[in-house]
Amino acid sequence: MKTVKAGALEARDGDVLLLVGTMKGAFLFRSDRSRRRWEKSGPHFAGRSVYAIAYDGRNGRHRVWAAPKSLHWGAELSSSDDFGRKWTRSEVPRIAFPKETGAALANIWQIEPGLDDEPDRLFVGVEPSALFESRDGGETWSLNEGLWNHPHRSKWMPGGGGLCLHTILTDPVRRDRMTIATSTGGVYRTDDGGRSWNARNHGIHAYFLKEKDPEFGQCVHKVTHHSSRPERMFLQHHFGLYRSDDAGDTWREASKGVPSDFGFPMAIHPHDPDTVYIVPLQADEFRCPPEGKLRVYRTRDAARSWKPLTRGLPQKDSYDTVLRDAMAVDGEDPAGVYFGTRNGWLYGSRNEGESWSAIEENLPPITCVRAVTVRGLKKARPVRRRRKAA
Amino acid sequence: MTVRFFVPGPLREFSGGRSEVALPTSPGTLKEALEELAREYPGVARRVLDEQGEIRPHVNLFVGGEPVRFAGGLETPLADGCEIAILPAVSGG
Repeated sequence: MKTVKAGALEARDGDVLLLVGTMKGAFLFRSDRSRRRWEKSGPHFAGRSVYAIAYDGRNGRHRVWAAPKSLHWGAELSSSDDFGRKWTRSEVPRIAFPKETGAALANIWQIEPGLDDEPDRLFVGVEPSALFESRDGGETWSLNEGLWNHPHRSKWMPGGGGLCLHTILTDPVRRDRMTIATSTGGVYRTDDGGRSWNARNHGIHAYFLKEKDPEFGQCVHKVTHHSSRPERMFLQHHFGLYRSDDAGDTWREASKGVPSDFGFPMAIHPHDPDTVYIVPLQADEFRCPPEGKLRVYRTRDAARSWKPLTRGLPQKDSYDTVLRDAMAVDGEDPAGVYFGTRNGWLYGSRNEGESWSAIEENLPPITCVRAVTVRGLKKARPVRRRRKAA
Repeated sequence: MTVRFFVPGPLREFSGGRSEVALPTSPGTLKEALEELAREYPGVARRVLDEQGEIRPHVNLFVGGEPVRFAGGLETPLADGCEIAILPAVSGG
């Protein structure tokens, strides 16, 4: 794959867009559907970390959301309707804890557009662990008080990245259902539209706690599912891969065939609810690829077995790490799979992981990756120059 | 005489491009000055203070050249006509 730098991206209908957050800003990439040649723009928000990035293509929008965080001036939400040429910056940051909570926003870890037929609904997960919701397309936000007031919350403990709510899964079948995950705290689910939440960690072992199978306290790194079969979930734990067939009511281990059951990211195939991608890491302290081989593992049978995908990836002396949100799939067929590393490499596969190549190297440490096909983009009209009056 | 804020470059998009802004009142403490700043220039104030009104950990405020961390924090008294400098801390990586 080739990459060229562009001042601003000129996306066309049907293009594939890669949104990449790093510890020093965000980068946007575009390609046509062949995904052979990429144009890059960025860094956007140079100097600020971007731990969450998302695309909202609902209701005719072509909006990129990002969560730049300045070490000095705090974290905020920003959006662009022209693929990064201009970004909004609110006078007052849109996400803020109410006064009575006594909490202050440390970072934004997840931006999740809601269901397709509720195009003005969005969710964000933040640090300290909390869920915010917007019902007006991201203009105003409110704290989900059901989760914030949960009696477990005061006992959640920060993981290495902080006490963050990093996963938000909506459910198009049971519309009042939502699943979130927080590190550390574990999986929580609401079945009543966010009014009440219950821990859903039964079967997830927590070797680092006094009780092996606690109700909560698990260090869940990522959970994923497919919208066509939302009750089947896959989970990457701090040691342990798990699957649930009942929307998290029960979990069973599904780590057969991986060199390490530790890792961070997890991405589900765009068209197959039983195909999942992970990147195993040696744990607990080293957190680099086992045996120095950077391998993506894929299951095609709902985590009954995993197979390595290595073609094009470094297979010796790889000391790299892939963070929890730094892996994504596009919606193409065959699916594109992408991941970014802490060493600043952005890899892509145009054939569902069978082979890989570097889209970009030497980026800042990559924190998050999202991939999307741009749809419904009106063809840009050529600019006609007005003739001067005679 | 009034109190003046020195606004650093990254925040000037919220102060009309000005590096220095004067408050129309004479606040007695730094906290009162920041409350007034929030009314006049909310974009500046909300990036100096978090939503709970605390000075962000990597922001340094100087009153008359003295860092407020060692001079009473938000309760630091202000002399008439003094300058409050907002500076990003030398931190990062």
